[in-house]
Amino acid sequence: MNVALIFLVVILTIAGWWLSRQRLFSKPWLEVGHTYDLRPHDRPSIPPAKIGLGVFLAVVAALFSLFMSAYFMRMASTDWWSTPMPRILWLNTAILGLGSLLLHAAGVTAERHQDDTSRTALIAALAAGLAFLAGQVFAWRELSDAGYLLADNPANSFFYMISGMHGLHILGGLFALTRVIVKTRTGPMGEKAVLSITLCATYWHFMLAVWLVLFALFSGWANDFVELCRQLLT
Amino acid sequence: MVDIRSGTGEPIGPAEVEDVELYHPHSWWTRYVFSQDAKIIAIQYASTAIAIGMVALVLSWLMRLQLGFPGAFAFIDADRYYQFITMHGMIMVIYLLTALFLGGFGNYLIPLMLGARDMVFPYANMLSYWLYLLAVLVLVASFFAPGGPTGAGWTLYPPQAVLSGTPGGKDWGIILMLSSLILFIIGFTMGGLNYVVTVLQGRARGMTLMRMPLTVWGIFTATVMALLAFPALFVACVMMLFDRVLGTSFFMPAIVEMGEQLQHGGGSPILFQHLFWFFGHPEVYIVALPAFGIVSDLISTHARKNIFGYRMMVWAIVIIGALSFIVWAHHMYVSGMNPYFGFFFATTTLIIAVPTAIKVYNWVLTLWRGDIHLTLPMLFALAFIVTFVNGGLTGLFLGNVVVDVPLSDTMFVVAHFHMVMGVAPILVIFGAIYHWYPKITGRMLNGLMGHLHFWVTFIGAYLIFFPMHYLGLIGVPRRYYEMGETAFVPASAHTLNEFITIMVLVVGAAQIIFLFNLVWSIRHGREAGGNPWRATTLEWQTPETPPRHGNWGKELPVVYRWAYDYSVPGAPEDFIPQNQPGSAGLAPEGAS
Amino acid sequence: MAVVVILVLLAVGSVLFHLLSPWWWTPIASNWNYIDNTLIITFWITGVVFVAVVLFMAYCVLRFRHRPGNRAAYEPENRKLEGWLAGGTTLGVAAMLTPGLFVWHQFVTVPSGAAEVEVVGQQWLWSFRLPGADGKLGTSETRDVTPENSLGLNRNDAAALDDVIIEGGELHLEVGKPVKILLRSVDVLHDFYVPEFRAKMDMVPGMVTYFWLTPTRTGTFEVLCAELCGTGHPQMRGTVVVDNAADYQTWLSSQQTFSQMMAATETKQTAQAENAAAAQ
Repeated sequence: MNVALIFLVVILTIAGWWLSRQRLFSKPWLEVGHTYDLRPHDRPSIPPAKIGLGVFLAVVAALFSLFMSAYFMRMASTDWWSTPMPRILWLNTAILGLGSLLLHAAGVTAERHQDDTSRTALIAALAAGLAFLAGQVFAWRELSDAGYLLADNPANSFFYMISGMHGLHILGGLFALTRVIVKTRTGPMGEKAVLSITLCATYWHFMLAVWLVLFALFSGWANDFVELCRQLLT
Repeated sequence: MVDIRSGTGEPIGPAEVEDVELYHPHSWWTRYVFSQDAKIIAIQYASTAIAIGMVALVLSWLMRLQLGFPGAFAFIDADRYYQFITMHGMIMVIYLLTALFLGGFGNYLIPLMLGARDMVFPYANMLSYWLYLLAVLVLVASFFAPGGPTGAGWTLYPPQAVLSGTPGGKDWGIILMLSSLILFIIGFTMGGLNYVVTVLQGRARGMTLMRMPLTVWGIFTATVMALLAFPALFVACVMMLFDRVLGTSFFMPAIVEMGEQLQHGGGSPILFQHLFWFFGHPEVYIVALPAFGIVSDLISTHARKNIFGYRMMVWAIVIIGALSFIVWAHHMYVSGMNPYFGFFFATTTLIIAVPTAIKVYNWVLTLWRGDIHLTLPMLFALAFIVTFVNGGLTGLFLGNVVVDVPLSDTMFVVAHFHMVMGVAPILVIFGAIYHWYPKITGRMLNGLMGHLHFWVTFIGAYLIFFPMHYLGLIGVPRRYYEMGETAFVPASAHTLNEFITIMVLVVGAAQIIFLFNLVWSIRHGREAGGNPWRATTLEWQTPETPPRHGNWGKELPVVYRWAYDYSVPGAPEDFIPQNQPGSAGLAPEGAS
Repeated sequence: MAVVVILVLLAVGSVLFHLLSPWWWTPIASNWNYIDNTLIITFWITGVVFVAVVLFMAYCVLRFRHRPGNRAAYEPENRKLEGWLAGGTTLGVAAMLTPGLFVWHQFVTVPSGAAEVEVVGQQWLWSFRLPGADGKLGTSETRDVTPENSLGLNRNDAAALDDVIIEGGELHLEVGKPVKILLRSVDVLHDFYVPEFRAKMDMVPGMVTYFWLTPTRTGTFEVLCAELCGTGHPQMRGTVVVDNAADYQTWLSSQQTFSQMMAATETKQTAQAENAAAAQ
């Protein structure tokens, strides 16, 4: 459960940092008669949707860190042979990264009121997302054709399960992205549209980061890294 | 003498009315069924939870009939018995307690107590309920599936849960159970995001964190924990589904089942237990923390006294929430995990007793020099303290690794967790319903029925679970369909079992009175008015009772004080609402 | 007022129940009376706290219940009192935890001279294995389990051949001799539980778990399964007999070894094959 615990420490540190700014040591019974509210008076500075996405990403990160914990714990047993990584995964990674860049560009251009460029970038990002999913399915087929079946070995099982779970999250992201594309199809892009696009971009960057970690894990680099850390500590 | 500093800030003008984007219902369907109003969603959550909870209650009668009078009811065979205990446990923990505290009370109280118009993401909130309902329906479907529901025990330990020696293991039971949990978790995550972000972003002006009622603190912390803990259950469920349906070996080692070698190999059953309890222990506090919060508010309101040591109470909630993530393996002392973990987990487990004890002290110290109104919510709160202290103290037996060795997997454990996370939180739920029912419906619950319900439930539940510890001390294991002839179990223990069964039926019957009261009082209860308990918190200050969609009419409330200004010296009334300006409600400025 | 009476009755009644009820643990038959002692310390500390809290509550309700004209005191907090209470609680917790951890250290430290005994669980039957003349248990593997070799012993391991195997019978232990109980399962989780020994541990398929004890009195004790293992869970019973040294040796010498068992099944099989051939 090491990975999950390390992740928890990170979350608790963030929560602790935030709480430390909430005057938890003040004596509320003495502070009567006025608002004592340190928040800005106008609308909340950060839109709730952003905070909401942040919290959601923390949940997703918890999910994947637990999958990784399970991966490491199961790896300790003797029947583990690592799965070879199909070459196409490199291409998929590049496509996912491209999607990330496109969404970032869409956000920036929307903010600069270059609406058409932004729309094009959004649709390109959608295409990149679909291409990534297709590529992942292709990678699965390549593996299973080569005889690396799901139930043969725990490493295979983990690869199919975790990459599938990641793919489902991408699929959910594509669904949201489609909604944004439909909603911003006509009319000038306002503050709301920019926010929606930024949120999509954040989600995409995050799923890219998750994929990079997973890819490193499946390729075995993560083990080398863990081994290195262990050697540095001892 | 208490120092009351008068307000020094500049006077506050009326709050700028924020134009909150609310979804306005257009028809009966969007108003009452596919509603996005947190209050309606709360009622939907609560009704569904209570309905499925009644199923679990009936299951407990059936299993107790078998234990009290073994063999007297032929239709309760061993398979059915294990299905009953499994479904009883899972329903009570997840689909009743978690859903009712967070989905029910969370939805109703967070926006109202914080002075918000609604949750921040009403649409996701609605989806959350419908996914929950779907999860419940999938769960119920397993009763009608071939082979019936799973009988693996609520912990669903593999390999047993997916093998043919367990009812539902090779049929649909376990698949439906795991699917239902996955749906529940997805649905809960949607709701949970709402509760957290509403607390972070939806608070009215002046509602600083340290002015929030402890109810909100409890629900908020529990939600954060649930969001981080439920993924562990999700991962465990997905992996077990793979093992069961696709033949992988995450949790499945080489197994000879009834003389036949299975295809699995190399998996680790302990891995499942780690994942399960990484969720399972925080789950205990996910249920307990909202109960802690609510009971603090009930005691304070009905004793007309501020909650003693508010700051300590807040810190304790946060500390308990954080610590509860590093105690999970105390459920696994005799599971075969590395025994040296026992030192660490016993220590963390007993450390968590300290903040918990502080909370208990502060509740009873709130009573001290109070003006105790023995209303129904107060009675339930007192009963909660008794049962919670009892169950918490027996937790010190089971948390102390070496004392756990003889007691684990015996009836002592059953008695302990029923007392501490069954009876105690449910007493809070009852107290909370008696407390907030007037706000939800505008009418009081009937007092006579309420008292009958209270006394039978409290005394009955104590008489069920207190003696049960001693069955465990004798050595009676839990999850036994029948004890049979066992040399070390005296005949008198069977008499005790009969007594417990009869008490279970009596307490169960009392719940029917309660349900009747809930329905009857909607029309026939006494009119309550807006603030029948003369409480300070914002939900009692709404312009209408029951509050309308949007909660606050034209202007959002502004908060000028903490939630516990009861019996403030010099104030004309013994309570000052949170949204009342002026220093301490004193008549002349600056008097003390 | 009823509340006060009930609360007092509840506190007093619970204590009386504890003292007077006939339900108490079984007379101990192992060296783990340390566990019993820790349990008794815990009972004392928690009992005092329970009674104190409930009686204090009853007193508060009696003394401060609402009467017309009453008004509650205003007391947001009292750091000193809270500090004392937290400190006292920490002491109480430490008083329970410290002996607990010492005893746990003993529990997980198997004495070097302990004899090894293996208990194997399967749905829903106990089997036992003792090292033979060489004093060593042979290797085993769930994959090797067959109807003839139900414990999955390794036939190519010399250490396994002389192992003593008891299928579905009684396990005998020698009084006063520390014994390390190795636990193995071939299907689901089980838990080897003898209430008189106090110690117990889950048996997990795919791994070997253990605990140790020294039987301190002779007698016959029931073995139960304490981890839900399917529908037959409550029927999974066995017997442990603690003997004195002489009786133990007599019993041991009358048991079958693995090689004898294999030979017996082989002769049976050949006989069956011959019978079948004769019938044709």
